[in-house]
Formats: sequence, C-alpha cells, structure tokens
Amino acid sequence: MLGDQDRIFTNLYGLHDPGLGGARRRGDWDGTAAILARGHDAIIDEMKASGLRGRGGAGFPTGMKWSFMPKTVGERPHYLVVNADESEPGTCKDRDIMRHDPHKLVEGCLIASFAMSAHVCYIYIRGEFFNEAIALQKAVDEAYAAGLIGKNACGSGFDFDLYVHRGAGAYICGEETALIESLEGKKGMPRLKPPFPAAVGLYGCPTTVNNVESIAVAPTILRRGAVWFSTLGRPKNAGTKLFCISGHVNKPCNVEEELGIPLRELIDTYAGGVRGGWDNLLAIIPGGSSVPLLNKATCDTILMDFDSLRDVKSGLGTAGVIVMDKSTDVIKAIARLSKFYKHESCGQCTPCREGTGWMQRVMDRMVVGRAEIAEIDVLEKVTRQIEGHTICALVDAAAWPIQGLIKNFRPLMEERIAAYKAQKSLPMAAE
Amino acid sequence: MTEPTAFSFDAESQALVDGAIAKYPPGKQASAVLPLLDIAQRQIGRLTGSAWLPTVAMDEVGRVLDMPNIRVYEVATFYLMFNIKPVGHFHLQVCGTTPCWLRGSDEVARACREFTGIKGYGETSADGYFTLSEVECLGACVNAPVLQVNDDYYEDMNAPRVAELLTALKRGEHPLRGPMNGRQNSAPEGGPATLLTIPAE
Repeated sequence: MLGDQDRIFTNLYGLHDPGLGGARRRGDWDGTAAILARGHDAIIDEMKASGLRGRGGAGFPTGMKWSFMPKTVGERPHYLVVNADESEPGTCKDRDIMRHDPHKLVEGCLIASFAMSAHVCYIYIRGEFFNEAIALQKAVDEAYAAGLIGKNACGSGFDFDLYVHRGAGAYICGEETALIESLEGKKGMPRLKPPFPAAVGLYGCPTTVNNVESIAVAPTILRRGAVWFSTLGRPKNAGTKLFCISGHVNKPCNVEEELGIPLRELIDTYAGGVRGGWDNLLAIIPGGSSVPLLNKATCDTILMDFDSLRDVKSGLGTAGVIVMDKSTDVIKAIARLSKFYKHESCGQCTPCREGTGWMQRVMDRMVVGRAEIAEIDVLEKVTRQIEGHTICALVDAAAWPIQGLIKNFRPLMEERIAAYKAQKSLPMAAE
Repeated sequence: MTEPTAFSFDAESQALVDGAIAKYPPGKQASAVLPLLDIAQRQIGRLTGSAWLPTVAMDEVGRVLDMPNIRVYEVATFYLMFNIKPVGHFHLQVCGTTPCWLRGSDEVARACREFTGIKGYGETSADGYFTLSEVECLGACVNAPVLQVNDDYYEDMNAPRVAELLTALKRGEHPLRGPMNGRQNSAPEGGPATLLTIPAE
C-alpha cells in the first residue's frame, strides 16, 4: 500500500491552503528554474524513463508524446493544451487537482511547455466547473504575480503565458481534436487524423494535448526522479494514480494509490467496501463509462492497471471505478450510458449519429424486455459494425459497455425478455 | 419573457469581453466565442433574472468577433450550457448519468418536481423561480447524486436535502455548495483515510 510520503497530491481533499503559500509548503515550485536548466531533452528523457502513461484514458506514454513535437520552432509557434474537460462518467479526479492543488498543474504547464518549446499554453476546462475555474485562475494569477510564469518565468529566460479557457458543456470536447476545434471557436467536432496535432494542431500549429493529471504529476516526477516514480506500480504501469470510487460502496471517495493495486483492496481499504459486503457485488465498470464492465469473478482478483485490465478485455481508462451491487438493474445502468452517448454524439459521422440513437432505443426495450431473444445478437453485431468506423472513439465507447453487458449478463437479458412475453400472454391465458 | 430587440455589452461585461479576447493571438478572436456567449448570457441573467441568449445577443457576439451570425448560432446551439430560450432564476440541473443514477438521482429529480410543481424536464415553474433540466455527467461522481443550481454543485443529495435547499433558495439565501452530508469534499464520509501525515498549517 502506498504511504503518504509517496503521494503526489497531498491536498487532494482541500484540507489545506490551495494558494501559492500552501503549495510551496507542500513542495511545489521548489527548484523549478533548476529543472528548466536541465534542458528540453533531459526533461523529456526523464519523463520517458519514469514510465508515466497518459492519465486521460488512453495510457499513451507521456514522455514519448512530448518527443513528437518538432525539435525546433519554425515559422509556426508551438502550443501546449491541457485537457481539463473532465466529463467521462465515473471520473472526478482533475476537479480535485484544479480546486485543491492547482499549483501542481500550473507548474507542470510551465515545465511541459518549456520541454516542447511552447510559449503559450491553454487549459481547456469544462464549463460546468465554474468554481474550479475560479480556483485555477487564482493560482495562475498568483504565479504571474510571483514571476513564476510570464516573462522570464522563474528567472529562466523563458517567456511563458498560461490561459484558462472555459468550455460550455460538450463531452466530445474531451477528444483532443474536438477540443482544439472548440478552442478555435467552433463546434466540437473531431478532426481526421493524420495530420496529428503535433504536426497540425491549434491554429494549424504544432500542439500537444495532455490530461490535467499527466501534467500535474510531471513536476514531482522531475524533482524526485524517474527512478522513484517507476519503482511505484508495476512494470510498464508505473507510478501512482488518482482513483475515483463511485456507486454502491459504503464511502465513495477519491484516493491516490499505486497502479496495480487489487481492485478489491482498493474498494475495501478506501471506500468502506461494497454496500452489503463483497459478496453483494454484481459488477464494476473499472475505468470510466467507456470501458466494458467486469463481472464479480473478475473483480475478485483483478489488478488496477492498464495491462491487467486490457488482458481481460476491459481498460483502466480514467480509473473511474463505478461499483454496482446486486440491487442494480444492470441492463438499465448500461442503457443509461447508451442515452449518455446518444446525447453526446456530435453528429458528424453517420455510424455514430444514427448508431448511438439506434442502440439507445434497442437498449431501452431490453430494459423492459420488449424484444426478441434474437435481437441480442443483432445488437451485439451492430456494436461490432459501428465500432472503429468513425473519426473518433466516441461510438466505440458507446459500443463497449453494451458488449460487456451482453458478454456477462446475456442470461439476465434473455430472462427479462421471457418474463415480458409471459406477462403479456397472461390475459390471453386467462381467457 | 419576450425576445428583446437590442443587446449590447454593458460596462461590467465589456471589461470581461476585452480580457477574454486578449487571451488569443491577433486574428484568432473567434476563439473567444464561448467566453463571449457566456458573458452575454450572464449579463442578461444579471439584468433580467433569466440567464439566456436571445438572437440579438448572439448577433452582437458575431459583430464583436467579426464572425458570421450563423457561425455563432451553430456554436450556441451545439453547447449545452447556452440557454436559447428563457430559464428560471434558478436552473436546477439534475445529473442523471449512471454514477448519479446508482446513488438515487431519480429521487433527486422527483423531489425537484414535487417542490417546484414542474412536470418534466425543460419546463419552468409557474412562479418563474425554477427551470428543471436533466444533464449528463457533471464530473463529481464520488459525491453523487449531484444537483447543479446555476454555477454551484450541491452534492450527496437526497429528497429531504433537495426540499431544504430549494426552500432556502426561494427565501433568497445562498446555501454553501459542496457535499450536503458534511463530509470533506471527495474524502470518504467520516474523514480521510489517507494524507493523515500531511502536517496542518
């Protein structure tokens, strides 16, 4: 189990001062100039060596992502854009960073931007996080006033501007190219890749988009060293991670733990256990709504990291753990996610625009059992046909929960259909 | 409420408009469309008690940013937080996505309907105080269920807490946002189990 001495977000719950004074006492902004003095390549190499994988869901190595930016700045300026559009159901970790430990993010923005020769960084925060945006802006203002960012940031000779940009309510803007479109003042519709943002991003310039948590852990990694970080967690799944434990647990909470912690230990130790005890567990969505759910047998032993969860055909995603006990109508729980994706489809690609609506309508019928048993196979088949045939992964995320449901709970769906048929035939039988 | 015939940013808003546009490179002022629509909506809310975006306000944003009006309408209708018809003084936004639903968002929605007399989502109460909407994941899942009222999240809700909150709002009070069960933000109920060795200040 992780000790407090290895926790990065030491003000996760907001017990202490989120301002610059409190942040400095917790070790932020300590020797930032010396970190910058190591140079671009040394910083990127250290990040690569740490094994940090992106904390926004895809798990792509952060140091490698940074290295994709052009080595020298040509005619077009470079940009760092931080994805703070946290909207994945089950996920509420970036919110805590921005309201309680915002200086970790601000310092991370400076270091990451320096490493990629970006003199301007935008933090795109979801519009609903109004109060969080105020807290974050306060930290930005403090950092400017103290000379930590702005002209000659930290006395490094590097000029750096940081802006907070509020979104206005669209899940799709968490997709990096939709986020860039939105930041340019358009509808949040994802772009075709390639070209990738590192070549053509914001305003057509080289751009890297990183999740809040990925950026906010960077200063601590660089201060304490890649070795420290990489020895936490498991091989290829290094470091600590913020977990959000929601749903049917006794004490829902956020907590920072090592990657690779057993799911059961995570829930029992920090979230007070499953409501009604572990044996009352029905299923868990381990990484935000976009990953397939796990049945109880898998939950008994699974480790919470990228590769372990990929091996059981699910995913760590954002580490938003949604727990469902045996009282849950799991078909309805997944149908509600289908409604979510239908609502959030941007409408650009036909398989998604039409498919999310179709899947929602079929799922709504499955909830009451008003369907034919053969339709379960049709539904499964359609999810396979939609998946991978659109510009972005939103519709994949809509398809996977349904696939997970059918894989683990087909007998329940069949029972529901049979019960509906039986009920419907009752008056006739009485005649 | 009728459609106003004119809109311009007042002095309070204009300062915010200038600050918003200054964040983006010259010629890229279209980037400020979301902030400006937000400023316009808030100004109308401040002046009339109903934060919404009439067409004249969108047109003014287009003029200020040198964007065709249709591009502004596209944006304003794409993003959920812009109200393109009038709303009540308090916009009650019930998160109904699965993590909140598992913890009783149906009960929260029912309590909102019972208190306000509103029958369904998207409607405004007869007294004009409340509009009820269902929204998708608000990103506060460990504090589910969540009810957002205008800018503030009220967390760990249940039916009695909804009634208490709405009564207070109607009385003109502004109850403190955050968890309604007294816990420390996203820490587990009963107190944090980690970060206990971090010295107090």
